[in-house]
Amino acid sequence: MIIIITNLNTGTETSARADKRAFDELRNLKIEAGVLERADGSAYLEIGGNKVLAAVYGPRELFVRRLMQPNRAVLRCKYNMAPFSVDDRKRPGPDRRSVEISKITSEALSPAVFLEKFPRSTIDVYIEVLEAEGGTRCAGITAASVALADAGIPMRDMVVACAAGKSEGKVVLDLSEIEDKEGEADLPIALMPRTGEITLLQMDGHLTEEEFEKALDLAIVGCKKISEEQKKAIKNRYGD
Amino acid sequence: MVINMVHIVPEIIKESVTNLVKNGERTDGRAFDEYREISLETGVIEKAEGSARVKIGNTQIMIGAKPQIGTPFGDTPKVGVLMTNTELLPMAAPNFESGPPDENSVELSRVTDRCIREGKVVDLEKLCIIEGQKVWMIFLDLHVLDYDGNLMDAAVLGSVAALMNTKIPTAKLEGDEVVLDYDNMMPLPINEKALMSTFAKIGGELIIDPSLEEEEIMGARLSIGITEDGSICAMQKGGAEPLNREEVLKAVSIAKMKTAELRTHLP
Repeated sequence: MIIIITNLNTGTETSARADKRAFDELRNLKIEAGVLERADGSAYLEIGGNKVLAAVYGPRELFVRRLMQPNRAVLRCKYNMAPFSVDDRKRPGPDRRSVEISKITSEALSPAVFLEKFPRSTIDVYIEVLEAEGGTRCAGITAASVALADAGIPMRDMVVACAAGKSEGKVVLDLSEIEDKEGEADLPIALMPRTGEITLLQMDGHLTEEEFEKALDLAIVGCKKISEEQKKAIKNRYGD
Repeated sequence: MVINMVHIVPEIIKESVTNLVKNGERTDGRAFDEYREISLETGVIEKAEGSARVKIGNTQIMIGAKPQIGTPFGDTPKVGVLMTNTELLPMAAPNFESGPPDENSVELSRVTDRCIREGKVVDLEKLCIIEGQKVWMIFLDLHVLDYDGNLMDAAVLGSVAALMNTKIPTAKLEGDEVVLDYDNMMPLPINEKALMSTFAKIGGELIIDPSLEEEEIMGARLSIGITEDGSICAMQKGGAEPLNREEVLKAVSIAKMKTAELRTHLP
């Protein structure tokens, strides 16, 4: 038997949210483009306690011929969590969760990329979660878009992702780890900010129709705010 | 990780790099016994009980240490366990692919582990909680982010730094139960700072800290782990070319000096 003594704060907070944020407030956000030497494009993103690295290779030759598309490139994603990124060590290698996130990330990014310009080739996107604190799939998509732009891959828009949800009965933006685990609902979305077209939509939990509409609108506002930071990261690296 | 494509180095590059070395020069202007710029940060991952990020030139590795309580090995019932695992991430180089660890990844894990274990960096005997039943297992995970040559020296330097940074909860015995006190964290018992220096043999010369360009054309590689008192704790030769007695002895004497220099980067 192992007993664990922890010093978790369980006192009542004055603010409705555990980290005292307003309902429509994002966690602290930092994005940096071009952080790796070997990759064609890369980006590092921190939001709250999340630390995510994204790298892009390509367009390049696709060796797996059965995946090859005669009229366009394929965009392959690999989302992976470092063993040390979570409280209890995660066993290395893909699990069902990371396979699903890889798939939806690829589908979230593909509509923005001019894949038709690179038939029979591949664009590979690698997302590494170095530290996880709720909302890593959104952080990964946001970082991956910046890495794609850093790699000089032609795109219609820079896809951005953000989640909204319901925690302690209130609809809130950008759920933290505790809000995600103990909250009532989580709604991560990704969109192309120029047109507002949604490229990723997932939900788990329970929301009424009104709450869903509120959460969706909140997530869209969050995406637009993060989008400005993505642009800043590219401008910081390449100038206006 | 699987290295899927054989990287072909043009003969002309091979020749020019080799000729430079024969003239006492290197492509990036370094001396034969000069490391690239080194940077080392610790405590970079809050969720890991110990962590470090190390850069040697453009080679970059993130290392996390996580303790768990486990059962000791049958032949060492009073000794804690250290497990080293490396992931050569597909983002680190265009020819790295995701998948189970391949031979390069396993070699890097094992050589790093050997240097730390044989160098007695961690006093594993102090990590025993109940003899034969419960000991601390320290998982050391190396995440290679950017590959620009000489992963071995970066791996060992970063691993020692991450272990020095590691804090584990105090474990007490109350009857048959192990009680973990997270309010009283203690640093890992560190009693040595063994480090590694790697040489590449090109054009009959030994050069320290080979860059990717140099690694791609080297005939042989020699990694030497050295403890603080200057004794040797681990070695690994790589590559198809042989080394002679004098070359090995020369490498050892340079490694003694250079690992002492590397040690100044540790906090």
